[in-house]
Amino acid sequence: MRKKVAYYGIFAALSILMGYVEAIIPVPLPVPGIKLGLSNVIVLLALYVMGTKEAFYISIIRVFISALLFRGFLGFWYSMAGAFLSYIVMVLAMKSDKMSTIGVSVLGGIFHNLGQIAVAIIILGRTVVVYLVPVLMVSGVATGFAIGVVASYCTKYLQNRI
Amino acid sequence: MKRWDVVVVLVALAVAGGLYFSGLLRADTPGGVAVVYVNGVEKARLSLLQDTEYRVETEHGYNIVVVKDGKAEIIDADCPDKICVNHKPISFRKESITCLPHKVVVEIEGGNENSVDAVVQ
Repeated sequence: MRKKVAYYGIFAALSILMGYVEAIIPVPLPVPGIKLGLSNVIVLLALYVMGTKEAFYISIIRVFISALLFRGFLGFWYSMAGAFLSYIVMVLAMKSDKMSTIGVSVLGGIFHNLGQIAVAIIILGRTVVVYLVPVLMVSGVATGFAIGVVASYCTKYLQNRI
Repeated sequence: MKRWDVVVVLVALAVAGGLYFSGLLRADTPGGVAVVYVNGVEKARLSLLQDTEYRVETEHGYNIVVVKDGKAEIIDADCPDKICVNHKPISFRKESITCLPHKVVVEIEGGNENSVDAVVQ
């Protein structure tokens, strides 16, 4: 149990760090909202290695702290919606046991972006942003795939050690 | 990789492609209206879709509003400062041209908002 607290700390710190690393990598695309989603590696790892409840807490901690550090109040709502929606979908996908980490990660990426669009619609009060949906879905698939590959290697390595 | 991974990726790409090409989400459909107010009272609504010319008569003088290529502008007026005439053509929602001496306002309703004036992170 005491060990678990340490793992919470490590995973949360890692995912916050990933958020920072991501913030300093420029995205060479003119579309707002496209991100690598590096911190999702950690959430995925937590999902597979620690469990669903643990991954939820880590995800929430990450959103709070990275909003405080890098994003600000509006950014908080964007990350919160993205993180929450993608978490729910990833848990369902994982529990269905039909796909590997890659499929789960792809779904997570897509729904993270959809959650952010939903918030953008609420905050900006209009539907101009919906035309970004296809673009962000494709980017969600692409980044989700890459993140899923990374996470599946990591889980293989970590599974028997935690 | 399992079979369902491939299914998820393909379905997502298909949905995205379908949405993109169906044009369902096309937000940039024109359809703004230039509304002309005189002293706060609505005088005319000019669709930006068709080129028109409208002469506004006020108790202080006239302004000529022209809609061309989806943009509205005031091309002539007999007001002393000509600020409205020198104003650039407007086309985005909430943009307006004001002629203070004549109390004439041309404002765009509906249509697109200027997409630069929004920040998404």
